[in-house]
Amino acid sequence: MEIQKTALYEYHKSLGAKFVPFAGYHMPAQYTSGIIEEHKLTRTKAGLFDVSHMGQLFIEDHPDLIIELEKIIPIDLKNIKLNQSKYSFLTNENGGIYDDLIVTKIEEGFIIILNAACKENDYKIIKDALGSKFKLSLNKDLSLIALQGPKAAEILEHLIKGVSSLKFMNGNNFFYNENKIYITRSGYTGEDGFEISLSNKIVEPLAKILVSNGAQPIGLGARDTLRLEAGLCLYGHDINETTTPIEANLKWAISKRRIEEGGFLGYNKIKANINGELSRLRVGIKPLGKIIAREGTKIFSQDENEIGSITSGTFGPSINGSIAMGYLKYNFTKPGTKIFLEVRGKKYEASVTKLPFYKKNYVR
Amino acid sequence: MSEVKFSKEHEWIKLEGDTATIGITKHAAEMLGDIVFVELPENGSTVEINGNAGVVESTKAASDIYSPISGQIIECNQSIVDDPSKINSDPENQAWFFKLKIKDRSEINSLMNKEDYDKFAKENNN
Repeated sequence: MEIQKTALYEYHKSLGAKFVPFAGYHMPAQYTSGIIEEHKLTRTKAGLFDVSHMGQLFIEDHPDLIIELEKIIPIDLKNIKLNQSKYSFLTNENGGIYDDLIVTKIEEGFIIILNAACKENDYKIIKDALGSKFKLSLNKDLSLIALQGPKAAEILEHLIKGVSSLKFMNGNNFFYNENKIYITRSGYTGEDGFEISLSNKIVEPLAKILVSNGAQPIGLGARDTLRLEAGLCLYGHDINETTTPIEANLKWAISKRRIEEGGFLGYNKIKANINGELSRLRVGIKPLGKIIAREGTKIFSQDENEIGSITSGTFGPSINGSIAMGYLKYNFTKPGTKIFLEVRGKKYEASVTKLPFYKKNYVR
Repeated sequence: MSEVKFSKEHEWIKLEGDTATIGITKHAAEMLGDIVFVELPENGSTVEINGNAGVVESTKAASDIYSPISGQIIECNQSIVDDPSKINSDPENQAWFFKLKIKDRSEINSLMNKEDYDKFAKENNN
């Protein structure tokens, strides 16, 4: 299959982006200033991310939609408010995760933001689960950009009045040069910020003006270090079809009513996890020294038993040190537990640590 | 008089008598991106031509460092271990990796001069 380009491809190129193939798209890994600088600018000013490769699934409202959707997504859709966003996942029958996603209730139905690598498969899963009476479409005419960082609200408010009054995980319709666009106060960096869904035709002019007003273009490299510092999962690495939301320490994302009532795929396994049948848990891991433990690194206990493995690891520019996440046998998951990471045949000391590594600044 | 040569693995080698100082080129540092971790060979250990002689890691990935010639390690640059970002800021000068006592001077013949290396780096943008 031919590698696809987002509507901002030429703009990225003009900014000196280094591209990488990611989930079938040519995406900017970094621009000329480099990952660390981009990361720090997002934390101190504002970063602009092209996330148009992600799926934007629209499902048109229907009297039975909530009942059917709740069978595959474990959140309380009966009580979701208009323009409210919720983080959730598509679960499978074993309680594993097909994908993690953001559901937003809009007037016309629901918008679900899906991971790029999963979106086509998700579409099939959701379509099959819902049956033929619902209208759904994976939008190809829309781009998605994220503006993240402490200056994000100021920069965006200057162009689009009213956005700064949005609360975290809430959205609304706005106008940009007479074009209707949808903006949510959300993101995946651990910073305050916005995600803007708009037509492919107007994304480049908006991106350019955001950059000229002080936003720094940020590639996928810094997106990864930012989300890892914020303790957020990357699908296909920290979570996948074999990890349950409880094992992944994402119980908070399942609505209370749904935990009590069930009625979604994988509920039995998830309920059993909650009731204490939990063999492993995703935790934060802080190596003692500078050593970087990449995905797949084996983790050992003090008495040299293998007790888990790393799922993400990198250098955290705002922490100024090595950080990682991984799964450990449940008995070893208490913060402060001393563990050992095997890198290139040698064992390095690390400790289990609370997530996030970097504290969030969300506007509630 | 010192002489500087270059390898296809993007290392530079400064030759002074029977001692060689080795680092990675500016081109290599740029290709790797921000370097955040370095592992150097042990002092006194021996390395073989094109043999493993350490690791550099960027935020994205780890890359092996190969020694362009054989010899015995006589000094390692601890300052780049303490502050790996020096490799990005001054790769061909302050941020040398290690010094070794050359085992076989004829190995130098297979290395490139600056002009050839610059051409090589431009053609092999990797």
